[in-house]
Amino acid sequence: MNSMHAIDHSPGSTDLPVLLPAAACMARRVAAERRAGSPRLSLRAEHGAVLLAVFVIGCGIAEAQAGADNPSILATLWKWTPLLARGFVFNLAISFVAMAVGTAFGLLLGFAQLSLLRPVKRAAWLTTHFFRNAPWLVLLFYCMFLLPFQITVFGVTIPLPDWVKATLGLALPVMANVAEILRGAMQSIPTAQWESAASLAFSRRQTLWMIILPQCLKRMLPPWMNLYAILTMSTVLASIVGVNEMMTLTRQALSAENRPGLLLSFYSYVLLWFFVYCYPIARWTVRLEARFAVNV
Amino acid sequence: MPDSDARPIVSIRDMHKSFGHVEVLKGISMDVPKGGVVCIIGPSGSGKSTLLRCINALVPIDSGSIRVANFDVHSLTTDKERLALRREVSIVFQQYNLFPHKTALENVMMAPIYVLKEPRDEVRARAIALLKKVGLAAKQDAYPGELSGGQQQRVAIARSLAMRPEVMLFDEVTAALDPETVKEVLNTIRELAAEGMTCMLVTHEMRFARELADTVYFTDGGVIVESGPPAVLFDQPKADRTRAFLSQIL
Repeated sequence: MNSMHAIDHSPGSTDLPVLLPAAACMARRVAAERRAGSPRLSLRAEHGAVLLAVFVIGCGIAEAQAGADNPSILATLWKWTPLLARGFVFNLAISFVAMAVGTAFGLLLGFAQLSLLRPVKRAAWLTTHFFRNAPWLVLLFYCMFLLPFQITVFGVTIPLPDWVKATLGLALPVMANVAEILRGAMQSIPTAQWESAASLAFSRRQTLWMIILPQCLKRMLPPWMNLYAILTMSTVLASIVGVNEMMTLTRQALSAENRPGLLLSFYSYVLLWFFVYCYPIARWTVRLEARFAVNV
Repeated sequence: MPDSDARPIVSIRDMHKSFGHVEVLKGISMDVPKGGVVCIIGPSGSGKSTLLRCINALVPIDSGSIRVANFDVHSLTTDKERLALRREVSIVFQQYNLFPHKTALENVMMAPIYVLKEPRDEVRARAIALLKKVGLAAKQDAYPGELSGGQQQRVAIARSLAMRPEVMLFDEVTAALDPETVKEVLNTIRELAAEGMTCMLVTHEMRFARELADTVYFTDGGVIVESGPPAVLFDQPKADRTRAFLSQIL
């Protein structure tokens, strides 16, 4: 009779051991991407090498096409570099401000999603998903054409130049993504932590601020940095709405030179700038992620 | 030793609890005298953990009554009342659930400082004493991730004790530990019981239950099948189901 009650202790692990390292790695990546709400940037050194090769080939082609009276391609690039660099700094400025504004409002939106008040929660959810799923460029156009060129608050007139509007336009999707990163991080904290805090008589608010959020910060950092890298690359969208950032200036430089052969070399030059800036961020993100995955 | 005339500190009457359509507790009644040690044994899924969680109001019950010290647990409505109850009843979980971003000492100090609002210096001294008591004085600055399972579990016990509860609940606290470290955790609980702490344990450590418990409850399918002093329940079980269960694990 006892044998009828025998418990089956088979662990049910049919995983092929060979697949385990890859599976663990992929699972980590998928989890990270889900948390980040966007595909993880995977920039590798090889990508830089390919970019460099394209750049060199581009220069070679331009050089070959150049007439005898044209200055060398490298000299031309060098001549324009200060202007392009100024444009790049502008890209970075837009990315900083958009990230700061987006993060501030994104955190508010994320907290609103955790509200116990149903309407607040619902509205925050809708806002998040609207801005997360809308194309960035469309949001940018909305901001460019719907925001006034100046606003008057208490008799003080504040001008809204194009770059401010563009920055706001980019801050909107950042906001929604930060909200999602916060929500994802909160959900990744085991419910046992809430239970354990409740059993020690911590109130909900105390639990949130002292126990859950401090643990979230660490988990939010990698996806947040990833989002920043994506945003930095997206700042060139501002060129479409006429902001004087690197892409716009490159186009102006090219039309001033009026040599079609320069196209490939100039644009791969721009790509290289962005790669050099974003590559360390992407690598650092991956390293942080791996470290946190080990000792969470 | 428990005084049988004294009013029980935990008193449960005909408690029912369902999760959706599944009734996990089907009329549980038990009394635990102050200073008593009660062990609850039974097969997995028999509602033992839920029973403990109901006692400190982590899980609301559907019907029946639970009285702990001066609290009618079944009729607590506000968070404030529930939090007040949890200062009296502390639970230690199977998975320790320490706060991973805080050191062992901070884990023990947090609740007294922020919940009981006691002065930090006093709490610190008490926390250090508690860690010493569970044999972890040297590990006070270690983070949970740096501690073994048994050490984490002892920190969790110290963390609960820091609230100076009247009743301690232990939910399969050794189930996730490897055999060598089980002993260190059991020793800690043994000392607590010897000091007169009221303890309710859900456990699979039968030898420990036999040694320590005043009363052992055998639960299965959401009801108490049989209860009694360990010598009686383990050696002369009355119900067939108890006998079947014991013959499998002893």
